[in-house]
Amino acid sequence: MADKVLMKGNEAIAEAAIRAGCRHYFGYPITPQTEIAAYMAKRMPKIGGTFLQAESEIAAINMVYGAASAGKRAMTSSSSPGISLKGEGISYMAGSDLPGLIVNVQRGGPGLGGIQPSQSDYFQSTRGGGHGDYHLIVLAPASVQEMADMTVKGFDLADKYRMPVMLLADGTMGQMMEPVSLDLSIAEAPEKPWATTGTKLARTHNIVNSLSLVPEELEKLNNARYAKYEIVKKNEVMYEEYMMDDAEICVVAFGIAARVSKNAVVAARKNGVKVGLIRPITLWPFPTDVVAKAADKAKRFISVELSMGQMIEDVRLAVNGKAPVELCYRVGGMIPTPEQVLDAIENGGAKE
Amino acid sequence: MTKQILISGFGGQGVLFTGKFLAYKGLIEDKHVSWLPSYGPEMRGGTASCSVIISDEPVGSPIVSKPDILVAMNIPSIDRFEDSVVPGGVILYDSSLIDRDVKRSDVSAYGVPATKMASDNGIPTLANMILGGKLLAILGEQGEEGIRAALAKVISAKHADMLDVNLKALQLGANA
Repeated sequence: MADKVLMKGNEAIAEAAIRAGCRHYFGYPITPQTEIAAYMAKRMPKIGGTFLQAESEIAAINMVYGAASAGKRAMTSSSSPGISLKGEGISYMAGSDLPGLIVNVQRGGPGLGGIQPSQSDYFQSTRGGGHGDYHLIVLAPASVQEMADMTVKGFDLADKYRMPVMLLADGTMGQMMEPVSLDLSIAEAPEKPWATTGTKLARTHNIVNSLSLVPEELEKLNNARYAKYEIVKKNEVMYEEYMMDDAEICVVAFGIAARVSKNAVVAARKNGVKVGLIRPITLWPFPTDVVAKAADKAKRFISVELSMGQMIEDVRLAVNGKAPVELCYRVGGMIPTPEQVLDAIENGGAKE
Repeated sequence: MTKQILISGFGGQGVLFTGKFLAYKGLIEDKHVSWLPSYGPEMRGGTASCSVIISDEPVGSPIVSKPDILVAMNIPSIDRFEDSVVPGGVILYDSSLIDRDVKRSDVSAYGVPATKMASDNGIPTLANMILGGKLLAILGEQGEEGIRAALAKVISAKHADMLDVNLKALQLGANA
């Protein structure tokens, strides 16, 4: 492990973004993700990049829109209430088919909520978050290493499909330190012939815009975007299966909830309970087929979440009535303990 | 083998630093480690704590809710966390700031007057590392090479001159 360093999840995101070629960071401080901005403020000026603390979250996301339009790898980061403010800009990016990375280090809500960890922005993230028909690719890391890896992956996917990508973490993942290797595999950013880089009188104008006043045209654009989403769904689903081979009970959890659940799965296995874990790494596209396949064998499902039950809807859609799906949760900045999840596994009827 | 450690005290006493030192020491020794601070308003003058896990296995939940070892640096910390320590665990506390005995009889309790010792030895800000030294002694982990390497990681180059006094604090704790 000699090549590993201890880093906070937030710092790992920032360093990985820089290594992925991001030279344009726009943000506005909010707990618990401020280390990302602090890291960028320190590093960007030294490497010829832009760190800009915008006057608001809304300004920051529109600056990402601008930099992305010019073909640059750009990002912003915030926490739940700040992401709501960015909703309009994210919708505009989706409507303009712009790549970009948006990091949400979630905290408890709704409203101003609290500053402790939460996963209650699942609906907002996986259903787009702003107005109109669109999706983001939503990546849910569960370790500091994955915070770094998924940041790089996020930029790659955003460029590959010309769509905004959200990295959905939470306060725990952002604040914790773990060993991380920064030996990341970085692909070249693709050519962006659509970007507004100046015609040099050699080509026609490129236009980046989400306005389309002719209904027939706007319908076509929406259909084309959803055809693209089908390709993303086919090719980009990521998940981890843990002790699922003979599992009769299937826990589904992502991020910090998956780590807590892993402890509970290990403890239950010691007690002879056949239980396994499916950890979605992409929340959109959701690993529907994997959960559906598990439902051929598993007799019960438990969705473990730091929310009142949001992902459970996707689990239920995948299970499609073949088995009961229960919820095990804490909210408001509280985190389920492994004992709570173990109790849910062994005694069922999981409640708060 | 997994050690779940909870270090708690007032913000400013260096509980996060001591935790980081222990985590780095684990990393250098090829262990799986995690470090998780409490964060937020409670850090401003209130109680700060951090969870450190050092394990031969990959770390699951980074949250230490049932510590094998509690290091308590003030009364609110021992009041809050004493009951959470696993039976057979360790409670190490600063007896110059905590003027009561540990109530639990099913744990090993060690009181070290760390704040007084730090002050008497001209290193008033290093009570945390005196307790860190005692903790390493309790765990039987006193190899100086690993300790030096870990200190070099957590002490920034700008403060390199602090390395020796930190070593001194660890030594004082080990002998306490």
